[in-house]
Amino acid sequence: MPPIPTEPAVARIQPNATPPELIRNFCIIAHIDHGKSTLADRMLQFTGVVQPRDARAQYLDRMDIERERGITIKSQAVRMPWAVVGEDGTETPHALHMIDTPGHVDFTYEVSRSLAACEGAVLLVDAAQGIEAQTLANLYLAMENELEIIPVLNKIDLPAAQPEKYAEELAHLVGGDPADVLKVSGKTGEGVEALLDKIVETVPAPTGDADAPARAMIFDSVYDTYRGVVTYVRVVDGNLNPRERIAMMSTRATHELLEIGVHSPEAIPTKGLGVGEVGYLITGVKDVRQSKVGDTVTSAAKPATDALGGYSDPKPMVFSGLYPIDGSDYPALRDALDKLKLNDAALNYEPETSVALGFGFRVGFLGLLHLEIVRERLEREFNLDLISTAPNVVYDVTMEDGEEVKVTNPSEFPTGKIGEVREPVVRATVLTPSEFVGTVMGLCTDRRGQMQGMDYLSEDRVELRYTLPLAEIVFDFFDQLKSRTRGYASLDYEPSGDQAANLVKVDILLQGDQVDAFSAIVHRDKAYDYGVLMTAKLKEIIPRQQFEVPVQAAIGARVIARETVRAMRKDVLAKCYGGDISRKRKLLEKQKEGKKRMKNIGSVEVPKDAFIAALSSDPSSGKDKKK
Amino acid sequence: MPALPDGVPMPDDGALPPWVGTPRSGGGREFGVYVHVPFCTVRCGYCDFNTYTAAELGGGASQAAYAGTALREVELAAKVLADVGLPERAVSTVFFGGGTPTMLPAGDLVRILDRVRGTWGLAPGAEVTTEANPDSVTPSSLEELAAAGFTRVSFGMQSAVPRVLATLERTHDPARIPDVVRWARDAGLRVSLDLIYGTPGETLADWRESLDVATATGVDHVSAYALVVEPGTKMAAQVRRGQLTLPDEDDQAAKYELADELLSAAGLGWYEVSNWARTAEDACRHNLAYWRGHDWWGIGPGAHSYVAAAEADDGGARAGVRWWNVKHPRRYAAALEAGRSPGAGRELLTADEAYLERVMLGVRLAEGLDLRVLRPSGRQAVAGLVARGLLDGTAALGPGGMAARAVLTRRGRLLADAVVRDLTA
Repeated sequence: MPPIPTEPAVARIQPNATPPELIRNFCIIAHIDHGKSTLADRMLQFTGVVQPRDARAQYLDRMDIERERGITIKSQAVRMPWAVVGEDGTETPHALHMIDTPGHVDFTYEVSRSLAACEGAVLLVDAAQGIEAQTLANLYLAMENELEIIPVLNKIDLPAAQPEKYAEELAHLVGGDPADVLKVSGKTGEGVEALLDKIVETVPAPTGDADAPARAMIFDSVYDTYRGVVTYVRVVDGNLNPRERIAMMSTRATHELLEIGVHSPEAIPTKGLGVGEVGYLITGVKDVRQSKVGDTVTSAAKPATDALGGYSDPKPMVFSGLYPIDGSDYPALRDALDKLKLNDAALNYEPETSVALGFGFRVGFLGLLHLEIVRERLEREFNLDLISTAPNVVYDVTMEDGEEVKVTNPSEFPTGKIGEVREPVVRATVLTPSEFVGTVMGLCTDRRGQMQGMDYLSEDRVELRYTLPLAEIVFDFFDQLKSRTRGYASLDYEPSGDQAANLVKVDILLQGDQVDAFSAIVHRDKAYDYGVLMTAKLKEIIPRQQFEVPVQAAIGARVIARETVRAMRKDVLAKCYGGDISRKRKLLEKQKEGKKRMKNIGSVEVPKDAFIAALSSDPSSGKDKKK
Repeated sequence: MPALPDGVPMPDDGALPPWVGTPRSGGGREFGVYVHVPFCTVRCGYCDFNTYTAAELGGGASQAAYAGTALREVELAAKVLADVGLPERAVSTVFFGGGTPTMLPAGDLVRILDRVRGTWGLAPGAEVTTEANPDSVTPSSLEELAAAGFTRVSFGMQSAVPRVLATLERTHDPARIPDVVRWARDAGLRVSLDLIYGTPGETLADWRESLDVATATGVDHVSAYALVVEPGTKMAAQVRRGQLTLPDEDDQAAKYELADELLSAAGLGWYEVSNWARTAEDACRHNLAYWRGHDWWGIGPGAHSYVAAAEADDGGARAGVRWWNVKHPRRYAAALEAGRSPGAGRELLTADEAYLERVMLGVRLAEGLDLRVLRPSGRQAVAGLVARGLLDGTAALGPGGMAARAVLTRRGRLLADAVVRDLTA
């Protein structure tokens, strides 16, 4: 009997008419590059929902950026049929819902909602690399959600694969026997059928009350140019059907249900969704903020009384100023952000102006990758050339007189008598080969980390847990970690409240005038280092003026570092005879044109490019974060 | 070789736009003639001038035939100027430059000068200069030039230090300098020495020695130029390959200041950023004509010419016309042979461009720029430039009831381009 259900069997698993015991909801937890999308592609193929001729790599990743970077930003849910044949030869069809979760630390909340929509998780680990910190964090998240974990080693076809070694590591982590760890190759397809059987066998069927008022949890919400917002839901109780209005329990807003269906993997409208089923809703709203991840959907006519737990508003953790390099692109940037916002409930922004950079926006992000993705989409999809200021976190400042100030832009750090400054902290997990333990501990200590614990995952792999200020992570921590461990260490972190800290604002002054884009809030012990770094950098970048220009770093009125751009002594062409005049005039015209592109900080003329150079060479841009 | 500027095509007959002419009011502009002689025995590593070392360039362009070709352009110039209705003006200054004009037999230079004289006449007291390489003159060749009407000679001395001359690939013997100066003065010629500072490897002491040797000859005029390594020269390649290291601008500034100091001490005052003379009569009048915006005709391959409009005008592209000849002597000869203008292109200056040139050139002079020439924004910039020590405060106030002028201080001379940008902002 083939594992793809026969026609009579398929009739038993029609959407809105599938008994919960024939449904399996699972997700795949994996590190970037560990082959999740390839495995998912293979499952689509083996279950017959994608014909080989339609197959393309990373079928489910729809955004260009997702496919290019090999990461998933928005989650997906696909319904696949799969039959198992019992010992007595009877065929039992099942509807599998695979929820492809976002795989990055910035999107932990989205991950937690995706996990909440499942009863089981495939823990997919590269057999040549072992588990990474981010996977570990998501694994813990899945275990907290009481998901059934199926440990799987992928890429067993690779010559460098060490399935025995890493099977032990996985068994150690999830508890169990190394022999129970499945071994597959997404590339060759080896072991994939066994995995599908295993999912049916071990993942619990969903349970819910079919007669109760409808309750469905939103685990993702995507803006589509043609269809408006497409909302992904998992029905917990009751039934949603296309004839009734629905209500969002957090806002009490009601919407017409224009379409309801499942993806398999293309959208297929259905007559509804029943208990345990995963599918999509279209209501005609145009903004994902009206259909928030974590919210509960119910029937407007017969609403449930209690929302499903776990809803929270996305909270930006990292802020950065985004400025168009060409000032006339400002309206285009505003329009582009407005459009991105439709599809990104976590994105928020306010206009701001900078003396050095002109008009732009202060934008809040979930994290560095979120920042990078937004920036890349703005540049790529909207053709904007942007410069971003060094990312910073949010500080809560309490003045001595009790006034409280929330600081999202360092240049707005209050002057005057400050009582206390609080900064966000994170619980960070670093996985590293044991030879680098000392190095990693050094880095964490240097970044004001507090060690919380350390475990050997295997003989040569260690898990280190630290509490670290988020600001330290935002400032080139990841790059440092990678370079100091030759790329072997991996990092994950999650917000963990805040702490009071001895923080000061360091301003950078050109001839006494503050350059707002370079102000930074740093720990008092690091202020001098930052000052020296920035003044030295600017000294190299700022062209010589007709007068000497001091470049200073200061805390309040106290100068902590100083460099000097020496006065320009010569700016004249020695020879200017008959044959030189046209050329010389054109040179001057060009220089005068260049002068128009200068920014004035006080009387110092600085080419806009210089600020861009100073900001772009900043190590905290979070590049290669994905690796 | 510097590329020719971008311009608009030159009419075949070289005709000038009808609006050029002498001003209807005020003093007339002088008329000068420049003659470019595009030959040298060797090309120096730093040189980007339009010059050739071969005696025979083919197509009728040879050193021997050059004078004859130049005479044709004099004839063309006379016709073009007459056709546009410019009143005939006697020539105030003639300047033979190069290349090395003295590569040609003195007789050839004399033939060209005679034709200029025969065509337009020389104004009373006209200045006639030739550049010369110190090793291509003799007492008798200098006497021949003086007898034919030359009044001035400018020697390319560059440096008194053999090591520096070697880097520049100059072949002359520096020991000859005092001799050639004496010969020229004995022949009754005014003498200028050209110096270059900032050659890779030149120390401040080297430069001081060159200045000392130059002033010790008692010359009445010195030009001193910072070395500029132009792209495409052999020296630029040497710098690119790291064989030579360019001095930085601070070094060049220090050397400029030393030059100004030593030359002033020797009785030579600056009258233009890179030129010093003992008295006003010793200044090079031909070059002053460029800086003062007078008219000139450049004869020879690659030479530029300029004729201003009759009146400052309505803002269109009709404030003056500048054109330039084709660069290669062979194409130059061919054009004249065929009765065509050798002009390669030209530009019709707008009022804004003419204004920028006037400020850019006028400010380089010790006599300065009449502040009334400046537009209001430029006049407003004067006070700041005085405060920053770049313009002379007394001159800017109009000392003794004289017209106020923008005159550069020594520091201002080194930052003259910045001053021009401020005055024309």
